[in-house]
Amino acid sequence: MKTELKINTLQFFPKLCTNCGLCSKVCPQGVFESGETAARMINRAACIECGACMINCEPGAIKVQAGVGCAASMILAALTGQKEPACG
Amino acid sequence: MAEFIQTTSTITSKNRWDHILARCGIRRSHHSVQPGLYALGSPDKDSSVFVTANYTLSFDALRTALYERDAYILVLDTRGVNVWCAAGEGTFGTEELISKIESTGIEKVINHHRLILPQLGATGVSAHQVRQRSGFEVEYGPVRAQDLPQYLKDHRATPEMRKVRFNLIDRLTLVPVELVNSFIPLVIIAGLLFFLGGWFNVLWIVSAWLASTVVFFILLPWIPTREFSTKGLILGALVALPFVVYQFTQTDESTLQGLMRVAPMGLIITALVSFFTLNQTGTTPITSWTGVKREISKYIPILAVMAGVGVLLIVLRLFGIGK
Repeated sequence: MKTELKINTLQFFPKLCTNCGLCSKVCPQGVFESGETAARMINRAACIECGACMINCEPGAIKVQAGVGCAASMILAALTGQKEPACG
Repeated sequence: MAEFIQTTSTITSKNRWDHILARCGIRRSHHSVQPGLYALGSPDKDSSVFVTANYTLSFDALRTALYERDAYILVLDTRGVNVWCAAGEGTFGTEELISKIESTGIEKVINHHRLILPQLGATGVSAHQVRQRSGFEVEYGPVRAQDLPQYLKDHRATPEMRKVRFNLIDRLTLVPVELVNSFIPLVIIAGLLFFLGGWFNVLWIVSAWLASTVVFFILLPWIPTREFSTKGLILGALVALPFVVYQFTQTDESTLQGLMRVAPMGLIITALVSFFTLNQTGTTPITSWTGVKREISKYIPILAVMAGVGVLLIVLRLFGIGK
């Protein structure tokens, strides 16, 4: 479990959640589910840090270091000093 | 009156040819349609507005999914890139959406303020910011345009429609573009290796290439381990094995000498395949930024050492050491 937690940077603060349901709609990995009074994070390990939930969460109840999980663009960025992601 | 371009749900043979080229990664930046407002069929003031990217595969998937419907299609300028990648880069984003709402004058042709976006656009679009700044409500439809007919019945998506799929067919779709993209570097490397050691070298580099593209995508979920680099190490070792064994049996040297002779090739093939598979992370929808970053810092040094030791052993051998 401990190693799994390190795989992504997703954080959810249920106290701020207004239960609008948008996070469970935008997540392409089924990480969130609508709950009774607040969303529920049911599959955190599946998060790919796309950031869709965070930028669509109006009360700011979700935090994640969003980025594209692409080694090629990161290596290219490191070699050329460019800003990632660059798809080429 | 706002200006719009008329479109249909028909896919012509020219469209099909363009799709084939796009799927093969040929003329990669040329698969775009003009951004702006399109009318599909004969929409009226109550018709739905769908938003998409100006990549031909995205636009064509949407207009065919809306077969026999009258609707508006608002095409954002994503520079010919698909919705999800453009959303990740920010071109399919809040700013571009608001700018297109304004520049097309869409408000004048409809009497509602609702836009249906592909779900994967949510990575770049903030629904509440769009609402606050333009007055338009963003509704996230399903991930795949082909699910739209089902979705539009009650505007509800099943959990399946909300998930990015990556089954065998989806993975096989990636194979042509990966082969085409890496073909020229492969020919150069294979050519160099041919001069260094003949057809045997060409055979193993082509095997490593096919393993890290075709075989890797087919076997992805079944190769044990989660990380792409370690999947590549396993795959690379399997590719290297027959070549190493073959070379080892083709000599009457002592065991140690034989091992010293075949070790470089084993190390280099394994490291190469692992490096190639690590580079496939961005092609798949299952990797995270943090995960890939950690993989790079953890495995790139290991792979560099493996390849470095391999090259060193070859060089030492040229000077007669290790024989």
